[in-house]
Amino acid sequence: MSKRKRLGTLAATAASVPITLFGLVLVTFLIGRVMPIDPVLAIVGDRAPMDVVEQTRLELGLDRPLPVQFVIYVGKLLQGDLGRSVMTSHTVGADIRHFFPATLELATVAILIAALIGIPLGVLAAVKQGTRTDHIIRVLCLAGHSLPIFVLALLSLLVFYATLGWAPGPGRQDVVFDDMVPAVTNLLTVDALLAGDWEVFRDAVAHLLQPAGVLAYFSMAYIARMTRAFMLDSLSGEYVITARAKGLSAARVIWKHAFGNISVRLITVLALTYAGLLEGAVVTETVFSWPGLGLYLTVSLLNADMNAVLGATLVVGLTYLALNLFADAAYRLMDPRVK
Amino acid sequence: MLVEIENLTVSFPTPQGMSHAVRGVSLTLGAEKMGIVGESGSGKSLTARSILRLLPENARIAADKLTFDGIDVLRAREGAMRAIRGKRAGLILQDPKYSLNPVMTAGEQIAEAWRTHRKGSRREALSAAVDLLAQVQIRDPRRVAEAYPHELSGGMGQRVMIAMMLAPDPEMLIADEPTSALDATVQAEILRLLEDLVSRRGMALILISHDLPLVSHFCDRVLVMYAGRIVEELRAGDLTHAQHAYTRGLLDCLPTLSHPKPRLPVMVRDPAWLS
Repeated sequence: MSKRKRLGTLAATAASVPITLFGLVLVTFLIGRVMPIDPVLAIVGDRAPMDVVEQTRLELGLDRPLPVQFVIYVGKLLQGDLGRSVMTSHTVGADIRHFFPATLELATVAILIAALIGIPLGVLAAVKQGTRTDHIIRVLCLAGHSLPIFVLALLSLLVFYATLGWAPGPGRQDVVFDDMVPAVTNLLTVDALLAGDWEVFRDAVAHLLQPAGVLAYFSMAYIARMTRAFMLDSLSGEYVITARAKGLSAARVIWKHAFGNISVRLITVLALTYAGLLEGAVVTETVFSWPGLGLYLTVSLLNADMNAVLGATLVVGLTYLALNLFADAAYRLMDPRVK
Repeated sequence: MLVEIENLTVSFPTPQGMSHAVRGVSLTLGAEKMGIVGESGSGKSLTARSILRLLPENARIAADKLTFDGIDVLRAREGAMRAIRGKRAGLILQDPKYSLNPVMTAGEQIAEAWRTHRKGSRREALSAAVDLLAQVQIRDPRRVAEAYPHELSGGMGQRVMIAMMLAPDPEMLIADEPTSALDATVQAEILRLLEDLVSRRGMALILISHDLPLVSHFCDRVLVMYAGRIVEELRAGDLTHAQHAYTRGLLDCLPTLSHPKPRLPVMVRDPAWLS
């Protein structure tokens, strides 16, 4: 199939995005409305007089029928208005612009570390299948995958922060650096670089490394396990015998022929892992007091701040969709067998 | 002699102890066409692949002598083996659907074989690949060079495989059931092509098959293997003079058009053949 035709099918897939998004909005909206918590009480408090409660209810439009409420919400959404958060009193859009970059920064560094370590480990384990190297890597991965992440996070804080003092404590940066660099992208490391402030940059990286490391270990375990499984499958292929019979070096047989056949599948694994990290690693963000989307979503939910919950959920859904689309595109463009 | 094998054994560890797949095979090969026939599991593929040391990782291999052109295959370093594989001896596998790399074009795969053993640019390698495809009688070599394996028919795929193994101009070719996965008419074409190329280049050939008449028609000499041993060696054309009961049994099981039998005999296996 020609590249052009493949791109055509890709466009068709992209067209399904709005439909999926509409479904996402509908379901999230409904769940938000049928939950047995009263958003009005969350605003006025449970000791407010009855007429204040009623008036707030009217102001929020909660007296209207559910379908009308939904249409109003979608109408505003299309204009980019996600409503106002009760908890922060900012617009939800502004909140997300503030909180999501923190998660984006954390997730991106975590997935980079996880992939750069996990993929070579997985390949090594597959090539050395059944040897001590393989066993050690597998135990390492099993630990990363089966230890609850909050245990890992707390252990990490205990060892690297409290005992050894190598890492700075929780949070995104040291308080003395608060608001030192102008927020351009809200990615603290990038903002520090843009401002040319090396001290802030060093501090931001130091704060980033520990939570990112914990998340990376967790994701690395999964990536390495999948890489190993894919590679075992690929290495037993007849084309690997052909490659060896051609007199190619072991490195070329492994990386060009065996790994070349799994790279597309691996991209899907990486994309989905990344998506999982981007939806906000709630537990990790809580333990490290990381002001990211996961923390925002959890706190909003516990405070019945429905606009914030809906907005954040939409961002998570969009991220998932985008990365799925990306994995799909990778399949179509890189694997000659996909029609 | 190009290949000399004395008392070769190949075994695999199993929970029940060692399982012996090849049990004391000896043979020599010059610039000739030799056929190895036998049923599945008789050890014919393992014997041939031992020459290139391309056995499964868990295989244990031992021999009094196993040499390729005087090089001790059992003791050679991996680098020395790589100089033999592809460059001096090629291996053609059964089904191109699995033996060609699905994510590389036919041209890339042939060019890779060419470039591994002859120094040259990527461009030269690709044009050599197109040349080689023409030599294996592919009508539109340029188009086929750009095709991926799944876009080729079985016969075309096997021609690509042959072109790939001929790229470095080896002295020996091992064809491991090269036509078993192909249609009957294509089988004949591929065999004729192999015969033509092997004779023209004066290469040695080991043809592995389970088709006795086909092999004896095509080769100078035929070895019959059973349960890891060579039970009989025949000059081609001497098939009718086969002595061993297993070979005779195999021949009896073949229906012929000239002497049709109402019922084909069932082979009775004598446990004595195993010893």
